[in-house]
Amino acid sequence: MSVSVRIPTILRTYTSGAAEVSGDGGTLREVLQKLDVDYPGIGGRILDETGKIRRFVNVYVGEEDVRFTEGLDTPTPGGSQISVIPAVAGG
Amino acid sequence: MALSDAPQFGPATALSCRECGTLYDLGPIFACSECFGPLEVAYDFGDVRREDIESGPTNIWRYRALLPVPENVATKPNLQPGWTKLIKADNLAAELGLRSLHVKDDSGNPTHSFKDRVVSIALEAARAFGFHTLSCSSTGNLAGAVGAAAARAGLDSCVFIPANLEEAKITMAAVYGGRLVAIDGTYDEVNRFCSELIGDELGEKWGFVNVNLRPFYAEGSKTLAYEIAEQLGWRLPDQIVIPVASGSQLTKVDKGFRELIKLGLVEDRPYRIFGAQAEGCSPVSAAYKAGHDVVQPVRPNTIAKSLAIGNPADGPYVLDIARRTGGAVEDVDDREVVEAIRLLARTEGVFAETAGGVTVGVLRKLVRNGALDPDAETVVLNTGDGLKTLDAVAAEARPTAVIRPSLEAFRTAFAN
Repeated sequence: MSVSVRIPTILRTYTSGAAEVSGDGGTLREVLQKLDVDYPGIGGRILDETGKIRRFVNVYVGEEDVRFTEGLDTPTPGGSQISVIPAVAGG
Repeated sequence: MALSDAPQFGPATALSCRECGTLYDLGPIFACSECFGPLEVAYDFGDVRREDIESGPTNIWRYRALLPVPENVATKPNLQPGWTKLIKADNLAAELGLRSLHVKDDSGNPTHSFKDRVVSIALEAARAFGFHTLSCSSTGNLAGAVGAAAARAGLDSCVFIPANLEEAKITMAAVYGGRLVAIDGTYDEVNRFCSELIGDELGEKWGFVNVNLRPFYAEGSKTLAYEIAEQLGWRLPDQIVIPVASGSQLTKVDKGFRELIKLGLVEDRPYRIFGAQAEGCSPVSAAYKAGHDVVQPVRPNTIAKSLAIGNPADGPYVLDIARRTGGAVEDVDDREVVEAIRLLARTEGVFAETAGGVTVGVLRKLVRNGALDPDAETVVLNTGDGLKTLDAVAAEARPTAVIRPSLEAFRTAFAN
């Protein structure tokens, strides 16, 4: 399934500066695996050594934070918008 | 933007990743490009003496030698926050069964919340980086603090809030003349929006105090720790109760205490830090109780809107600190928040906003369940003014009687 992935500023060195790239996969896990094939090394910045989403990064499929849904198993139907965003604080 | 040698940042030398330790030049960046960990300010303090601090101004700039600000910061146009009252709360202590209790009342800041402390540090960073617009995502208090600071400094401002905030906070955010944008969503959604705006050309030359200036901004909360210690006679309290929204304030109060110990400004003795949340937004408290070291985000539903951050970025550090110091993280429901607001007002004449109700409510709960030592020196924070969250108590805080202006009517009304 073709999806689009928004890339945060600090990872754009992997995407030649592109803020948005296209991806592919039926789940978030597959999309991130494919992303790492297209942009080698980027996957290790989003996932830690054990394969979990790093604790200071938030990933959204559409409007939903995937920690509210099925995490890496969250489905990514065609046309999904995926956003990778560093956690920030303050209120 | 390499500004490591610039004098604008006083004793600050670099930004350092709190997770992996990677060092970066001082700049408007906030996340580690290696691991996404939060960046914080690293310093070379040199010798800092009590006398130099004590002879400084009666605001946070007395601690400028411990902050990422220029030497002449006190002469610049800013809100000069801090040096708020540390109230010896004997009445509340007696009611709760504590031997010694102080309330650090940060409603006394220029825009009536602790946010003036953090914004003032971010403002100096914004000036140093040449930003023309000051911005933030806010649960209310911050928006007002940013608007006021920008007005004083002569910068533009554009602040973002969830649309469902308390009326008083919307008014305070708007009155300073900058742009106020209400977003139809939760704080976490506003925060996400700002993170995306920052990578876009629309956000060019904007200083988001709690996003790209966050490493500087967050340091402002250390001044709470410095003031409490100095006001106690250069002594650390045994135990302290701090509200937890993003967790940044609690994390930085701990950092401030440790710096004071390291610099020899206070005696090195153990202290315990307790975090306070509202039950309707208690992801950190839930993680603490479950023994987890990461925080599962929640959708907030509480009257304590200034603490309604469902995805707290510094949550993991709050857990680390509570466990390291022998503290805890606890929560109270909205009814207890209202009771605590009234308790503090009735016993000490301090009218707290809902966040203060959360800390006082949690203080009471921790005394009752034995987590707090009733004989130990205790401090509780009130971080904002009750006038900002009138709705919380408006239904209960009503006239005792409404009478005609006659002695007879008064006598009748109070006959019993």
